Amino acid sequence: MSEFEPKIVVFCCNWCSYAGADGAGVARLQMPPNFRIIRTMCSARVDPEFILRSLAKGADGVVVLGCHPADCHYIGGNYRARRRIALIRMVIEQYGFDPKRLKLEWVSASEGEKFQKTLTDFVSTIKELGPTPLQEGS
Amino acid sequence: MTKSALVIGGGIAGIQASLDLADRDIHVYLVERLPTIGGTMSRLDKTFPTNDCSACILSPKMADCIGHPNITTLTFHEVMKVEGKAGDFKVTLKSKARYVDPESCTACGDCVGKCPTKGISDEFEYGLSTRRAIYIPHAQAVPRVAIIDAANCRMIQNGKCGVCAKICQKKAINYEDKDKEVVVEVGSIIAAPGLKAWDANIATEYGYGRFKNVVTALEFERMMCASGPASGHIAVPTSGEEPKKIAFIQCCGSRSEKSGWKKYCSSVCCMYATKQAIITKEHLNVEEDIFFMDIRSYGKEFEAYIERAQREYGIKMRRSARVSNIEEDPKTKKLTINYTNSKGDPASGEYDIAVLSIGLNPPEGAKEIADKLGIELNEYGFCKTTVYKPLETTKPGIFVTGAFAAPKDIPTSVAEASGSAAKAGAYIVDSKFVPCAPKEYPKEKDVEGKEPRIGIWVCHCGTNIGSVVSVPEVSKYAASLPNVIFARESKYACAQDCLSEISAAIKEHDLNRVVVASCTPRTHEPLFREACRDGGLNKYLFNMANIRDQCSWIHMHSAEAATVKAKDLLRMAVAKAAFLEPLVGSEIPVTKAAAIIGGGITGMTAALDIAAQGIPVHIFEKEKELGGFALKFRHKEDGKDVAEFIKELISKIEGNKNITVHKKTVVRDIPGFVGNFKVIADGCGEIPVGAVLFATGAAQYKPTEYGYGSDKKVMTTLELEDALASGKFSGKNVVFLQCVGSRNDTVKYCSRVCCAGSLRNAIQIKMKNPTVSVAIVHKDIRTYGFREELYNKASSLGVKFLRYCESDAPTYDGKAVKAYDSILGTDVEIQADTLVLAAGITPLREEKEELAKMVKVPISKDGFFYEAHQKLRPVDFATEGVYTAGSAHWPKFMDECIAQGSGAAARMLTTISKSKLVSEGIVAVSNQNQCDGCGICVGCCDYNAISIVCGDDGRPRSEVNPGLCKGCGSCVASCPAGAMEQRGFRNKQIIAEIDALFEGA
Repeated sequence: MSEFEPKIVVFCCNWCSYAGADGAGVARLQMPPNFRIIRTMCSARVDPEFILRSLAKGADGVVVLGCHPADCHYIGGNYRARRRIALIRMVIEQYGFDPKRLKLEWVSASEGEKFQKTLTDFVSTIKELGPTPLQEGS
Repeated sequence: MTKSALVIGGGIAGIQASLDLADRDIHVYLVERLPTIGGTMSRLDKTFPTNDCSACILSPKMADCIGHPNITTLTFHEVMKVEGKAGDFKVTLKSKARYVDPESCTACGDCVGKCPTKGISDEFEYGLSTRRAIYIPHAQAVPRVAIIDAANCRMIQNGKCGVCAKICQKKAINYEDKDKEVVVEVGSIIAAPGLKAWDANIATEYGYGRFKNVVTALEFERMMCASGPASGHIAVPTSGEEPKKIAFIQCCGSRSEKSGWKKYCSSVCCMYATKQAIITKEHLNVEEDIFFMDIRSYGKEFEAYIERAQREYGIKMRRSARVSNIEEDPKTKKLTINYTNSKGDPASGEYDIAVLSIGLNPPEGAKEIADKLGIELNEYGFCKTTVYKPLETTKPGIFVTGAFAAPKDIPTSVAEASGSAAKAGAYIVDSKFVPCAPKEYPKEKDVEGKEPRIGIWVCHCGTNIGSVVSVPEVSKYAASLPNVIFARESKYACAQDCLSEISAAIKEHDLNRVVVASCTPRTHEPLFREACRDGGLNKYLFNMANIRDQCSWIHMHSAEAATVKAKDLLRMAVAKAAFLEPLVGSEIPVTKAAAIIGGGITGMTAALDIAAQGIPVHIFEKEKELGGFALKFRHKEDGKDVAEFIKELISKIEGNKNITVHKKTVVRDIPGFVGNFKVIADGCGEIPVGAVLFATGAAQYKPTEYGYGSDKKVMTTLELEDALASGKFSGKNVVFLQCVGSRNDTVKYCSRVCCAGSLRNAIQIKMKNPTVSVAIVHKDIRTYGFREELYNKASSLGVKFLRYCESDAPTYDGKAVKAYDSILGTDVEIQADTLVLAAGITPLREEKEELAKMVKVPISKDGFFYEAHQKLRPVDFATEGVYTAGSAHWPKFMDECIAQGSGAAARMLTTISKSKLVSEGIVAVSNQNQCDGCGICVGCCDYNAISIVCGDDGRPRSEVNPGLCKGCGSCVASCPAGAMEQRGFRNKQIIAEIDALFEGA
């Protein structure tokens, strides 16, 4: 049996974290290819539905990345994202997902390295947790 | 005939000036002598005090510049001759031979890889790496095209080689290329040729050039930079190992009488050295010492930055006299730095790397530029300006901006660049002015109700994508996806030939969606959107899959997985594309009028610059007369009384038919949004304006210390000026006490202007009567730039300086000032019959908070207005249409207020010189049928864009004002009814992406 390769959805805000992800590319920082990025204008655009949908469709983990506190391009969107994620984490736990499968992190446009580290660490976390409980049950 | 404007120099100042002119529909020739625009800023790693990545914030401006329909960017051009006069210049330019046709070159880099002439020192990297004879200046070069260095090219020199011509598939190489002459006619000229770094070879005592581990700050900048030759891994040059100890040597080339050194302060080195130390510390576990004389952190939030460097990063600030010399251990190559410690004793320390904080010099060929333009230089070789006209050269119609006028940092350069644009525009916009015509596009095709027909281009990006991801496989796969008409491979999707192909294919294949899988939408989406528009397709029907930056570049060693990922990303992009809809930004009418709150020097300057373009201005001044804080000044600048200057300014304002002054008027509210504000003020009713400037200034701190108010011998700087001006001053023992109300526990920042103020008065007292004893008791003397002259002059006149420690504040007993002299290491008592308190600048926070609330703009933690971006948008607020300038933004000298006032005027003109604005199409929209008016979205909006209105059926509904909406989508995610949607990022579009990832594989 081949090693478990998680599928991870990453939501990046257009201004900081998406740029940070590009920055990781520009600096040729290598990382595991287990994630796919979906761009939104702000981390506050990440509707709880997107996270639940991703998990329901079989994502092994979801990451939401935004601008650092006080650096939001839209003044305070990242604070809203932070509050929402805290709540969704509780919701997914009730559905039987380890809350560690949902991560919120701040990555600025200049933090390619932080993007790399965040994703690399998250892939390891998910590998430790194993595949989504959805698949286990099916 | 309407003339163009000419901007000389394509650094950040020249770029900003060009953009501000072009955004007012004025045509601009931007001339840069190097093959790429970007200037010094493009070579920096990060910028202080925000630590923003320099390239990240500059690149979009460079892209704006090169893509702007009103800007003709002429790189590798030089000004040869300037004839004529203001309003009517004829300028001869030399277009230097590139030997590569920039129109055909796609920057694929094939020629660079094959060029046999290697090992040429790379100028962009300050010689830290090498390049070939044909090269692309750097990764972010604009324009990004190759160029041949003729002096090193074997073909051009000896006629033997020709490899690059053979390899170039685009046939872009032309060895016969010649310099050409170009003549342009312009109404005004802005000189922004930038700066040259001081030549560190002059400092023989520091061993630069002999000791490899002694590097200049600019070299260190490239060493730190992730896109630099070492990919940001800082190493000791001789060993390649990680450094354990780094020393930063300040004032290298500055503040010295030594031969070849400059007398002035270079203004930026204290901050950039601290930045370098902080960034280095973030990457490495290293000990860092900064050797300095005075730390000059006078700018916005600079003081806090220095504080953080010490407290959070453990960087040691070694206050001392100048570092005397550096020695190298011939075996270990370690450096010994000999210096005088804070006690005045000789000391030394061993370091792995020494970074020389080299100063700023006038640009290369400043004299020739000045001669060609017919303008004068000052004694230091910089462009000559005056305090009252900081943006004007000695020749009418020619303006100056950036470091060519004096050493300065980026935000100052940017604000002044805007200011020079305001001035230059006044020579072009007259009653006969014809604005540049907007670009014509074919009619957009109607896609309503049509099945999606998607065309796909998958980019190889030379080898950037193709060497990792199997592009043929991805392309073949893409063609099989639903709604896809075809998928094609492209070597460079961004090259002109592919862009034309996209435009043509839209018509030929009746495409109604376009998807490109290539690099990042952040840099290239505008380019592809433009190609769609050229093909008659709404630009929002375009989507991108990022298979380079976020795929091939980060999974270089997993080709198979990267190919699978590229397919996934493309499938997701196609799924979203099928749901895309054409969007149009709504047209917002603009009220062609400006409101300026505050009638001080800054506000009046801005008012005159706006009125000069024939646009009405309203000045609201709360006092009974114009003039502001400067009315209290009693001194001269450039030999002219400030009072006289203000009088002239006021009479110009009052005689200007476009300007209405509302005195003794307090502004109560400013409802509205960009282009459509209303100023509600006492006794004025509602005045409609398109843009608002906050130029409300600041005030002098009212001391509570040192018996001020009860002891008549104690006075503030302004009171001393009064006494000096009225001839009532008779002090024999004068002590100036600096930093009263600044740089303490409650007011943490530096008030910037007090050091120069005390020095100016000290000089005046000494000049009048040399027998008067004058002492200045200070923490640091912060006479940055040419103000260093004051420090030198005061010293030579015998003014005594005593530096006290932060922790040990001086005391005053009514007769004498007692302070601990940190250099002598003992308590010193100075008799004082006059104690002058250099009272700092206080921001008038309450007044600012009132205004800030009206338009939702932020206040900085120090109580000043907080601009949109500290580096590149120094006078804009994040709220569009609202601006700030002068000491309302930060304490400033008069010349800086004048320049920034003009800068704000230029920024305001970009809005109010137009009759309408087009808002961004990606905005929130509320579905009236689903909305039940709960109002959750209202609280989510930081821009006041949503309001609850009465619906047709009498029930409450939310309504989005597209002019105010910034398109973040926060309200959409908050809506419990699913009524709120974000155009371009609708729920169904994003869910289609998610579903496609998991279902379509």
